[in-house]
Amino acid sequence: MSDSFTYLEGKGYAKGDLIKALQLVQEREGYVSDDAIRAVAKAVSASEAEVEGVLSFYAQFKRVKPGKHQICICDGTACHIKGSTLISEWLAAELGARSGQTTPDGLFSIDTVACLGCCSLAPVMNVDGKVFGKLDRKSLIKILNEYRKQS
Amino acid sequence: MSAITRVKVGTASCGLAAGAASVLAAFKKLAGDTPVVEVGCIGHCYAEPMVELETASGSIFYSNVSSSEEEIKGILALTPNGRFEVPAARAAKEKLLVNKLAGRINPVSLEEYKANNGFKALEKALALQPLEVVDAIKRAGLRGRGGGGFPTGMKWQFLAAKSSPEKILICNADEGDPGAFMDRSLMESVPYQMLEGMLIGAYATGATKLFIYCRAEYPLAIKHLKIAIAEMERVGLNKLPGRAEPTPIVIKEGAGAFVCGEETAMIASLEGKRGTPRYRPPFPTDSGYNGLPTAINNVETFANATVVFWHGVEAYAAIGTERSKGTKIFALAGDIKYPGLTEVPMGTTLAEIVYEIGGAEPGTVKAVQTGGPSGGCIPADKFDVKVDYDSLGALGTIMGSGGLIVIGQSRCMVETARYFLEFTHRESCGKCTFCRVGTKRMYETLQRIVAGNGVDADLEFIQTLGLKIKKGALCGLGQTAPNPALSTLRYFRDEYEAHVKRKQCPSLQCAALVDVKVDKSRCVKCGRCVKSCPVGAVSKDFVVDNAKCTRCNTCIEVCPKRTISRVGGGEGFSSARKGE
Repeated sequence: MSDSFTYLEGKGYAKGDLIKALQLVQEREGYVSDDAIRAVAKAVSASEAEVEGVLSFYAQFKRVKPGKHQICICDGTACHIKGSTLISEWLAAELGARSGQTTPDGLFSIDTVACLGCCSLAPVMNVDGKVFGKLDRKSLIKILNEYRKQS
Repeated sequence: MSAITRVKVGTASCGLAAGAASVLAAFKKLAGDTPVVEVGCIGHCYAEPMVELETASGSIFYSNVSSSEEEIKGILALTPNGRFEVPAARAAKEKLLVNKLAGRINPVSLEEYKANNGFKALEKALALQPLEVVDAIKRAGLRGRGGGGFPTGMKWQFLAAKSSPEKILICNADEGDPGAFMDRSLMESVPYQMLEGMLIGAYATGATKLFIYCRAEYPLAIKHLKIAIAEMERVGLNKLPGRAEPTPIVIKEGAGAFVCGEETAMIASLEGKRGTPRYRPPFPTDSGYNGLPTAINNVETFANATVVFWHGVEAYAAIGTERSKGTKIFALAGDIKYPGLTEVPMGTTLAEIVYEIGGAEPGTVKAVQTGGPSGGCIPADKFDVKVDYDSLGALGTIMGSGGLIVIGQSRCMVETARYFLEFTHRESCGKCTFCRVGTKRMYETLQRIVAGNGVDADLEFIQTLGLKIKKGALCGLGQTAPNPALSTLRYFRDEYEAHVKRKQCPSLQCAALVDVKVDKSRCVKCGRCVKSCPVGAVSKDFVVDNAKCTRCNTCIEVCPKRTISRVGGGEGFSSARKGE
């Protein structure tokens, strides 16, 4: 993992590119660290406070290091109606972590998002960008076990 | 196999989630010389993964295809098993104008789009003077599909009237309403159609730079748009007459903030700032992105602009109702047999959409939520309402962008309202007091009610506070945030009263107001519930300790005989005592 954020340099970023720069950092590092904030501030010629102000506004940006596999539980309307609350409960029971947390072994981190746009397959979640639909407890545990096996 | 000229596998997000990637790989392996291509979504998400075989005598569809070699070989031999037909009741009600090409063509192939009338609309528009294009959109009666329903022609006229050397036209592709995926599908399946509409808009208004503000949660849409834009630039489609330079089209990825669907907030976000809305005036057409005259239209609106020129103003204006023209795409989801996308003429009744297109059984549906967190719930006895901007407004909801969630009899309306307020209070940007504090107080009150701690006065409080927030909030988010609570209170007051007065959830959904009970007369003592309970609340003699139980439903899910169920609050305790 890069500590130097050299990939931010030479892009000709201006203040208007603040969100874009943060997205690049998040994509590379998986989260935005304090060091990253300083590097972004320098790259777009903004103060660190401005950078933190913007990054804390948007749900996409994470301030803590995520787990190896990132689980996003969809809590959009369709998924909520179809029982996403139970999905969260089952995940918590199985992994011992809740939304916004990473499991102690660092294998999974869990987030809840507003909508993944796959409403017709509700309830859904995605793991590392791969969407799993029509979840019930059984399929959920099967998916987790497959990721555990891979690691 | 020789009769098949091409295999098309639907690989939009819904298809991929249903397993289309492995189906695609299997076809590529087994189809021999027959070309296998990826297409978008035809809207029948319940039937994914879907495959279409083009043959000399027309197309044959297969639904719920698996990647098993046997099944795919069968399909390549055109087996009669597993063929897909659009349900007749649905076909009779739908009118595919905007979504006509979605899922039918290779989304990123410029040639294929062109072979299907693509860029003919732009050609027709460019034959007119810019102001004639604005006038055509006005006469067609096109209104903004993002939710507000503002006449698109008027917005374009305001921007066209500005004499600034630089003007901005933005496509709102942030689709923040949870439960809506019309725009995602359009961008994934026919990105060129919306881009063609944007170029028509740029020509009509004199816009010199085009932005697409797309949510980062839609990676496939962004990928397809990027390819499409590169293709258009390659052949010079974005060179508009009378301009020295090609018109740049720039994609900006949103970073997850619902309020950015509001136009002044979106402009702030595009400028790289916190996405907070500001007072209007000045309106964006006077001072928008970096102070330049700016107009914002939604994805579906731009796709409709293309349709207007494909079919002609008169033909377009002949569809729909007096004040709402054309068609509307709805994302149907929830307690329904056929979830997916549907496109119907404005003025189609909710009953037709829910029962005939969605395939819901009459009697199983309690309500429909339109307009996402900004909209309201319409009870089933009002489903004869014609779906257009004005009729829905009269019922206390909004058309919104097109999310249409069907809520079944087993769902709690108070919990539904709580869910929406949880969303809006979290997404409130915090700038104005009515929204920041008001939605939080509403959320807390609803939270209290579903937790069984509500009091009579709470209902009156929700009503008065809700109306105040609607009047006092700065932007659309706050002004509409109370709608879910106000509309459920209006139509489902009995459910609120059951929670508050009797501490019961009639739908057995609110965890604090239900117990879990094993029907011992039917129990086969298999022990799965005991083993799987994460908190050890099921005893060895199959009695649920409801003080320990978290109502996670695990035991209900694992019970092979379905003998465990939720019961009204208190009933589980009494049964536990009886069992002892």
